[in-house]
Amino acid sequence: MISKEDVKKLANLSRISVSDEELESIPGEISAILDYVSQIDKAVSSGAPAVTYPLKNVMREDANAHESGVHTEAILNEAPKREGEYVKVKKILG
Amino acid sequence: MIDLKTLTITKAHEDLVAKKYTCMDLAQAYLDEIKKTDGEVHAYLEVFDDVTQQAEAAQKRLEGGETNNLLLGIPLGLKDNLLVKGRKVSAASKILENYVATYDGTAIAKLKEKGVVFLGRLNCDEFAMGASTENSAYGVTKNPHDTTRVSGGSSGGSAAAVAAFEALATLGSDTGGSIRQPSAFCGTVGFKPTYGRVSRHGLIAMSSSLDQIGPITRTVEDSKIIYDAMKGSDIFDSTTLSNDFKADVKAKKKIGISSSMVEQGGIDPEIKKNFYESVERVKKAGYEVVEVSLPNISYSLPVYYVICPAEVSSNMARFDGVKYGSLSEGANLLEDYMKTRGELLGKEVRRRIMLGTYVLSAGYYDAYYGKATTLREIIKNDFRKVFEEVDAVLMPTSPTPSFKIGEKASDPLQMYLADVFTVTANLIGSPAISIPSGKTEGGLPLAAQFVGAFGADELLLSVADDFEKTF
Repeated sequence: MISKEDVKKLANLSRISVSDEELESIPGEISAILDYVSQIDKAVSSGAPAVTYPLKNVMREDANAHESGVHTEAILNEAPKREGEYVKVKKILG
Repeated sequence: MIDLKTLTITKAHEDLVAKKYTCMDLAQAYLDEIKKTDGEVHAYLEVFDDVTQQAEAAQKRLEGGETNNLLLGIPLGLKDNLLVKGRKVSAASKILENYVATYDGTAIAKLKEKGVVFLGRLNCDEFAMGASTENSAYGVTKNPHDTTRVSGGSSGGSAAAVAAFEALATLGSDTGGSIRQPSAFCGTVGFKPTYGRVSRHGLIAMSSSLDQIGPITRTVEDSKIIYDAMKGSDIFDSTTLSNDFKADVKAKKKIGISSSMVEQGGIDPEIKKNFYESVERVKKAGYEVVEVSLPNISYSLPVYYVICPAEVSSNMARFDGVKYGSLSEGANLLEDYMKTRGELLGKEVRRRIMLGTYVLSAGYYDAYYGKATTLREIIKNDFRKVFEEVDAVLMPTSPTPSFKIGEKASDPLQMYLADVFTVTANLIGSPAISIPSGKTEGGLPLAAQFVGAFGADELLLSVADDFEKTF
């Protein structure tokens, strides 16, 4: 069972603000979903070997690089705040 | 006057080549239909302002002698999570309300080269998370067959547009059934190719090991035409399959069914009845129908609802109000993040992020994510054995016909159960297709789904084609 405190912690980890009203409904919803998916626990016996996942990250060679700066303007235009050729954020160190 | 009700891509192509009408006439016919119908259906979030110019460019190519290109001048709608350079793409979310794509997705670029006419962007559940389009930040898309009911989801706008004759064909994306389930609800053909056949570059990521782009059309043949134009390996998506990858299968003229799957609780009686009618049709089409053993199939849905939120929580981390999208400002940077994500992401998206964060957190990882990935491989192996015996497995697409708007909106778990027959294909990477297979007594569309072996898209499409011909 997920408590209100658990949801507050999850919301903080996920960088999501949660209203007081949603703090009432979310614990029950998430508990119901976790309860449903928990049936997989019974399907795999504790002795079953872990399967190694077949996908892995692949890095491509950085060949045929485009000319520096040709996409800068288009990409920076999508940032909510910019200053010149920088993305602007509030100061991080106090 | 072009009769949109009987039009297919192949028919439109013949007509265009025979000069019965021009690409501009065809595009205009769809624009007129959108104007007439979409106020009620609400499939489109935006109709592009350059449709006529695109059609003129296609007409020029046609008159220049390009008469063998089946897709030249064909009007197509796009799900609102596919990137078209210079166009808004919102994933039906407030957080991307004013986002303009800075590049073309690979599938889009390939269709552009073919001279397809893009009509506009279509409504969906926010970031493709949902089964009814009720999670869109811009209102629900109604089912053209009964506007008190949902169009399905997440590609509800894409299926409704084809069903309401507001596009000749559309593109959707399918992570757990998002092409096939709305197709079943709206009476269209919906095809999810093998994972890796179509590049995901330029598709807004939801769950990267499950997502795949595919067509929604009126016929199996039309789906194949669009699929053939989009497929192929891509340097921008390392999970695409090599172009010469072929599944190691031979046509056996055998179809598998699992009676226990269809006889489980919660399946609508009309769906069951129609399923057994589809079995008879398959036999009539010359296939032998055999019972197959899928002992772990009932775990597909719980496995999916661990893996999908886990990947969602990771993919959605990029939406922080800094790099792109909208920002909801707080007193400091941390509050900027919290408010932006808390206020501009919808309820289901936030729920899945938190759920994914939970199943991936230390102490729970092994019990949830670890077990789910193990089971995913076990289910894959079960199917691998089955596909040594049969060409495809037949099952319903959805446990119910289209449901009422609002009916499941307040209960997320009930909404998840709508995916029970579709998620398996995504977990095992298989191609799967939903085809109209009749109607309920009340006149709602019903559908049959065929799931094929990994990489055996061609064989699956030929089975689907044979099934379609029995109508």
